[in-house]
Amino acid sequence: MSIKNEILKIEHLHKAFGENVILKDFDLSVKSGEVIVIIGPSGCGKSTLLRCINGLEDIQSGKIYVDEQPVIQGSKDLYEIRQKIGMVFQSYDLFPHMTVLQNITLAPMKVQKRKKEKVEKEAIELLSRVGLADKKDSFPRQLSGGQKQRVAIVRALCMHPEIMLFDEVTAALDPEMVHEVLQTMLELAQSGKTMLIVTHEMSFARAIADRILFLDEGELIEEAPPEEFFTSPKTDRAKKFLQTFEYSKK
Amino acid sequence: MNWNVIREYLPLYIEALGLTVKIGWLGIILSIALGLVCALILYFKVPLLQVIIKIYIELFRNTPLLVQLFFLYFGLPKLGIRITAQTCGILGLTLIGGSYMTETFRSGLSAIDSIQSESALSLGMKKHQVFFYVILPQAISISIPGFMANIIFLLKETSVFSAISLMDLMFTAKDLIGLEYKTIEALFLLVVFYLIMLLPVSLLGTYIERRVRYAAYGD
Repeated sequence: MSIKNEILKIEHLHKAFGENVILKDFDLSVKSGEVIVIIGPSGCGKSTLLRCINGLEDIQSGKIYVDEQPVIQGSKDLYEIRQKIGMVFQSYDLFPHMTVLQNITLAPMKVQKRKKEKVEKEAIELLSRVGLADKKDSFPRQLSGGQKQRVAIVRALCMHPEIMLFDEVTAALDPEMVHEVLQTMLELAQSGKTMLIVTHEMSFARAIADRILFLDEGELIEEAPPEEFFTSPKTDRAKKFLQTFEYSKK
Repeated sequence: MNWNVIREYLPLYIEALGLTVKIGWLGIILSIALGLVCALILYFKVPLLQVIIKIYIELFRNTPLLVQLFFLYFGLPKLGIRITAQTCGILGLTLIGGSYMTETFRSGLSAIDSIQSESALSLGMKKHQVFFYVILPQAISISIPGFMANIIFLLKETSVFSAISLMDLMFTAKDLIGLEYKTIEALFLLVVFYLIMLLPVSLLGTYIERRVRYAAYGD
């Protein structure tokens, strides 16, 4: 693939909270249409990485480019860059005082100045794709956790982002709700969306990813296609991590 | 209880109610404005101003209105500033009310989880859009119960205005008791008139709380 197709590029990213180093000399390149899953133990810097890409966290050194534009805290371009990045968070981030439809159409109308009728039409189309068209006038608190996360995905998609970031979107859900959200993400991946996913759902990671990145203590430890990573991990740390997902009676 | 006395006193109380309501509501409206401005300054952490406002809040929330009124009424003329008893009452109510309103609005604003502004920012919204579309509407609905409680508190606080010779309800009752010893009638009317002034506000408050919660969360 040519360089033009590179949606996200991270060079020598260094991020710390005071003395506490979160990400060390991190590099990443994501091409259009790629689905990348980031896994690793809690506190390894996965979520912080996504937040840095979106400019929600400042970085100490290194460079982040989204669609060849640098992400810089406090710059005016940041608002424009964020429109190219859709982000879904772990906790429910829908606006509780707005209906589902209002949640989805707010940013396209106010930020991108698109026409109300067109945005609403698109919002309803996207909602019906995730099976929630009948919920368009509901308030978030009337929805289940899984429904909320699917609405949050639709809300991000309605901005026509170049890349979608998912930050442990099923971590706060009841087990039976997890499936419906992951299914939505799988369909999104099949439609060719560029995605960067942080998750603890290993079988899902294996099914959806083009590449797995394994992070530990802020460093990229291993990078491999999913089959290779899950069947024969190269590093001891990755082996140890994967073992924590296996159970056996001794 | 002598109903003839009550009939005789009624016009005096109606007049006193007029004055109490006028001063009370002027003070309340001004304290809402003051509270909003101060809460915004605290929320956006405006340097220097936020320190001044914090000192102001502690000063006025921790001293009684009566003391503040004496300070304004007898202290300001010593500095060469002459104000009428009415202006003094409105100013006093505004200052104490402003400190309570600031705290109510500020706590409403800070009750909104940071994930709300982060998700709004991640949709490309500018900071002022995040504030007006996402933060403020939620903060208002959270602030309503405290806000209504403040209004009732301030209307009741008007009862100390008699101390600076404002002819409010309390002043009228004390005056009549002193002049004619009709204690029962004077106090009965005092209670009735305070209820006339405050009950509608209380009921309105309950109604608004229910409406706002409905609008906000779709129960």
